[in-house]
Amino acid sequence: MQSSPPSKVLLDIYRRMSLIKANDTRIIATMKAGRLTMPYYSSRGQECIPATISVLLTKDDYMVTIYRGIHDMLAKGVPPKLIWAELAGRATGTCKGKGGPMHVTHPESGCMVTTGVVGAGMPIGCGLALAAQVRGEKRVTVTNFGDGASNIGAFHESLNLASVWKLPVIFVCQNNRYAEHTAYAKGTSIESIAERAKSYSIPGVRVDGNDPVALYDVAKTAIERARAGQGPTLIEAMTFRFNGHLLGDMGEYIPKSEYAAAVAADPYPRYRRWLIDSKHATAAALDGVDSEIEAEVEAAMKFAFDSPLTDPIEITRDIYAAAAPSRAAS
Amino acid sequence: MSADKINNLQAINWALDDALAKYPNVILFGEEVADPEGGGVLKVTQGLSTKHGPNRVRSTPISEMGFIGAAVGAAIAGMRPVAEIMLMNFVAVCMDQITNHAAKLRFMSGGQTHVPLVLRTMTGTGFQQGGQHSDYLEAWFCHTPGMKVVMPSNPADAYGLMLGAIEDDDPVLYVEHLPSYWTPGAAPERGKAIPLGKARIARPGKDVTLIGYSRSMQDLLVVAEQLSKDGVDCEVIDLRTVSPLDMDTILTSVKKTGRAVVVHEAVRSFGVGAEISARIHESLFKELKAPVQRVASNDSPVPFAKQLETAYVYSHADIVAAVRTTLEG
Repeated sequence: MQSSPPSKVLLDIYRRMSLIKANDTRIIATMKAGRLTMPYYSSRGQECIPATISVLLTKDDYMVTIYRGIHDMLAKGVPPKLIWAELAGRATGTCKGKGGPMHVTHPESGCMVTTGVVGAGMPIGCGLALAAQVRGEKRVTVTNFGDGASNIGAFHESLNLASVWKLPVIFVCQNNRYAEHTAYAKGTSIESIAERAKSYSIPGVRVDGNDPVALYDVAKTAIERARAGQGPTLIEAMTFRFNGHLLGDMGEYIPKSEYAAAVAADPYPRYRRWLIDSKHATAAALDGVDSEIEAEVEAAMKFAFDSPLTDPIEITRDIYAAAAPSRAAS
Repeated sequence: MSADKINNLQAINWALDDALAKYPNVILFGEEVADPEGGGVLKVTQGLSTKHGPNRVRSTPISEMGFIGAAVGAAIAGMRPVAEIMLMNFVAVCMDQITNHAAKLRFMSGGQTHVPLVLRTMTGTGFQQGGQHSDYLEAWFCHTPGMKVVMPSNPADAYGLMLGAIEDDDPVLYVEHLPSYWTPGAAPERGKAIPLGKARIARPGKDVTLIGYSRSMQDLLVVAEQLSKDGVDCEVIDLRTVSPLDMDTILTSVKKTGRAVVVHEAVRSFGVGAEISARIHESLFKELKAPVQRVASNDSPVPFAKQLETAYVYSHADIVAAVRTTLEG
């Protein structure tokens, strides 16, 4: 491991990982209990990536994510209670229950777009970055996607455009080794997606996405580069998803040995042990963080289920702007 | 061209120039739109990058999915992008960004974000460009809640509607009719936007209502003149905005005339004409003197050979025949 960031930062990463894991666990339990009905693409196993990258971002930085994106949203700061209310179809949800898990949006936290279409977030990420560039702002855009998305045309067009326009965007490929049910090598022509960056004359780095210290270093360089107007970076963060593609997926297409090895290397307990062993935190301190998070998740659930269901009248709203004076210059 | 007349190409250039000057958040991009690349393949955007700078007026790679997606993102972040899709058929390569994202993000975000984006594109038969360079595909977008579709027919409207589209808070597809770029018409009043969603009575009349937009307007005005010599007094409506439809103007007119013919260059089946016809029948069935007629292009791809291309598009005789059918009841 490289020289590690200060303990405070490491604990912040831990807190975000724990928040993601705790929410995921409760979402799955609540679905199994029949209280939430929705398609759920669990991000369990991938917590470390957004938890680490987000500590390097501000609220003003933009983030784009995908249907497997609750980890990205929580790490970026979308309040859990608003996510829970969205999943439960409540009027208090981020999107009033009109978006759901695949479209959670919260501009206040910089969560600008969540897309259900593989690859589609990358061109949009370029546009968010373009707006910042045209206005001369320092903010950066992080656009997340999976290994499967690196095979769709939008990936090529976005990296090319971001390169020729030197856009302040960081492309974060969360390589969890499976594109839906298709193993990486069966659908991808190159050993490492990061190598594809060469075609676009931009830096491409493959990093262990389950190692916060290594990832922190790579992400910091990429973000600083974008802020300095030096253009985009492609980060390929290696990881694994423990709950298959869609919840209910039994993972028959994953060799048992591969799955067992991934679980044995679960980044959450591994990082927790490392923090204690390297004296960045005591077990008691981490337990304290976990209990606070448990209480926060409990409160978020309660907030959601105590909130009113969204009124069906909402299907007639937000299709077009309400008749109002134009605000072209706003 | 006299000083009080300009053509459509000039009108759109003026509108973009005026919008770039007035609103700092307007940006313009598309293939070859900047001056070093020619200022647009037909020079609609000529001079704009020189005047407003390469930061705000940019040529893009040939990469519609990439740069239309970028327009969506920039719009969410508070810009007013005007992005050009060189020819209307090329929308097919970036439909995901238009219909799954631009059109839906306001709704899916519960109104937290919106996409005030103008997509300029051009189309129209007449230059033997065959099956992938001249289709009218507006029905795809009219069928997409969240999108607005603007299709001007003359320079004054082209100017005012472009400003209106840029000032509008929703994503707008703005369709230009390529063959009439150089057709002169009355000059617009500079700085004055035409709000979207309002049709215009292009010619008042009492016997039959002719409804058109974009290219068909030039045909309807000629046919109306021709029919007036035979004592048939046509009222002609220019929709200007095809979606959302200005049903008030349409229904008020048809209530008066009792007859209607809808004319468009797009193919006939499942088109804008079908929607307008259905809505008129739903509202005015008992007041109609005859079923609403549709005049449109042949349900086939656009063919190449001149005689085939001519046969593909409706003729003035087709419009006259449709009007006669409504008069026979």
